Amino acid sequence: MLIIKDLHVSIDGKEILKGINLTVKAGEVHAVMGPNGSGKSTLAAALVGRELFEITSGSVTYQGENLLEMSTEDRARKGLFLGFQYPVEIPGVSIVNFMKTAINEHRKFKGMDPISASDFLKLMRDKKDLVGLHTSLANRSVNEGFSGGEKKKNEIFQMAILEPTLAILDETDSGLDIDAMKTVAGGVNKLRRKDNATIIITHYQRLLDYIIPDFVHVLYKGRIVKSSGKELALELEEKGYDWLNQESE
Amino acid sequence: MNETTPAQDIKQDLISLFRQHTGLLETGSGHIMNLYREQAFNDFDRLGIPTTRNEAYKYTPLEKYLNGNYDVELNVNPFKVDISTIFKCDIPELDTHVVLVLNGFYYAGNLPGIFPPGVIICGLNEASTRFPDIFHKHYSQYADTSADGLVALNTLFAQDGVFIFVPRNTVIEKPIQIINLSHSDKNLRLTRRNLIVAEENSKVDVVLCDHTLSNHSYLANSLTEVFAGENATVNYNRLQNENTLSTQINNLFIHQLGNSRFTGNSISLHGGLVRNNFYATLGGRGCETNLYGLFLCDDSQHVANFILINHASPECTSNQLFKGILEGDATGAFNGKILVQPDAQKTQAYQKNNNILLSPDARMNTKPHLEIYADDVKCSHGATVGQLDPEAMFYLRSRGIGEKDARLLLMFAFAQEIVSKITVPLLQERITELVEKRLKGELSKCNNCDIRCG
Repeated sequence: MLIIKDLHVSIDGKEILKGINLTVKAGEVHAVMGPNGSGKSTLAAALVGRELFEITSGSVTYQGENLLEMSTEDRARKGLFLGFQYPVEIPGVSIVNFMKTAINEHRKFKGMDPISASDFLKLMRDKKDLVGLHTSLANRSVNEGFSGGEKKKNEIFQMAILEPTLAILDETDSGLDIDAMKTVAGGVNKLRRKDNATIIITHYQRLLDYIIPDFVHVLYKGRIVKSSGKELALELEEKGYDWLNQESE
Repeated sequence: MNETTPAQDIKQDLISLFRQHTGLLETGSGHIMNLYREQAFNDFDRLGIPTTRNEAYKYTPLEKYLNGNYDVELNVNPFKVDISTIFKCDIPELDTHVVLVLNGFYYAGNLPGIFPPGVIICGLNEASTRFPDIFHKHYSQYADTSADGLVALNTLFAQDGVFIFVPRNTVIEKPIQIINLSHSDKNLRLTRRNLIVAEENSKVDVVLCDHTLSNHSYLANSLTEVFAGENATVNYNRLQNENTLSTQINNLFIHQLGNSRFTGNSISLHGGLVRNNFYATLGGRGCETNLYGLFLCDDSQHVANFILINHASPECTSNQLFKGILEGDATGAFNGKILVQPDAQKTQAYQKNNNILLSPDARMNTKPHLEIYADDVKCSHGATVGQLDPEAMFYLRSRGIGEKDARLLLMFAFAQEIVSKITVPLLQERITELVEKRLKGELSKCNNCDIRCG
């Protein structure tokens, strides 16, 4: 589904990612872990096409196509989804209007007619229940005045609506209390299918108690320095990231 | 040889025009209206046309717009065609009392409907002779001709417009919709004058729209005086949608007595130059004044909003919120002044002006101005000039929304804050549609109107 080969990414001329290699297949859940500043969020941003980040070399193939040549919106329409670390507040744009516009753009891209009002209402209702998003929030402006937990729930809610093929969740657990994290993880688990995949980017192991990954990768100083099964997450939790320093040098 | 400036030339032209037609103007107008012409003449002669050297007009280059050849209609034009053949507004949908004003003159065929006893809706000139007591008490009492040449000019040439009187304890349920029609086969200079009197405990909603019915240049000098008595409520919604050759100068003078409420909402969708001046005097304890405005301009349009809120009494509240989206070479100006008089304690006065520039050549000048002479007050002001939030743009695009639609969503959301404050629900819906079409670059003409006024 996703093949990243020797990806180098710079911001303002400073190289952040120094040759990433990663392959994700359908049905898999990958966790990318690493200390602050290791390049985790840069990887997520580069994959969704943030202009600030300059791809200096390497390739990313998504479903057989060159991902790096696509616009951000086309990546989304082809099933790529980013759960933002810091979801943006958009005053005046209601979640309802936002999601309706997004769904219809996806449908247009697939040559489908716009969603009917009743289907849309049903979809909103079902997905709200799935992620435990409060009904009153759905009628409000996108993320405006939301708590940290509500913002993250809203990300998973959008993911549930758009049903992505590949979801990248960037620090979705940060700022969440244990109940909110369980709800969010529950939502992600319910959305897991044989034909989709998830990349979970996280600093801490705790989310991985609830979403069990198939693979864990350690990103350190712009490189994946270790890849293994889910047990690696526990090892990191125990030992912290300091030991990587010796190992990578 | 004495060189004259364009502003001086325009002034001289207007003075000769007045001298030449004084007789026609005065015989065509009621006695009370004529009472104010001499003072207006002297004031105009002294003040002339404001230039950019005048602080209040610093960013509004009027001379450029006022210059040119304009016809003037100084007597009621018995309009030759049946007005219904050239103009249809979707009135049934809006459900308002409609009053048409053609080239500044109250249309004789108006049938505004049935009102509670004592309510008067008629032409201004008619009111000056039929209801002299009420008229004399309010006409030209709030519009100060001594400070702005354009106010003096309006009073000098004023002949007609709309008069609305709502007696005490009376509520007019449906909004009164005044439609200013401009129709001519030549470029035309217009003077419009309205007077709205809402006595104590009364309530009235007024909707004012413009339509240019031909592709000529119209230069309109409009002035409306509003009196809100004790505990009265006046809502005034202004929709400006004229062709880009048009120049509009609007002066709105509001005089409020204790515990009255005034809400004004000006939506400027189209126009060549639009200059709106708002003057509110909070003349009694516990008044509330809300002034909202939205302006969308592109090409070389110019929209300026100038506000003076005079907190002359204690315990009053005022809000100003003006938002603009500018594109192309458009320019805009906002000048909002809050004046808190020495005994106006417990004043709450707030002001905000937010602007979005969509092109590198669009310009916005914004200037808050607070003058506070009382010590127990809450005042705030804030102004922003910026671009669409790139973070929000990216967020929308990351969900599959294309760049163009993402921009529209954000612009619409920005504009909607003002539109949502329109007091008439159906009008709010209609204007929501108009704003959306306008932002999409589609012609924002009214759906059922035969003439494209965009």
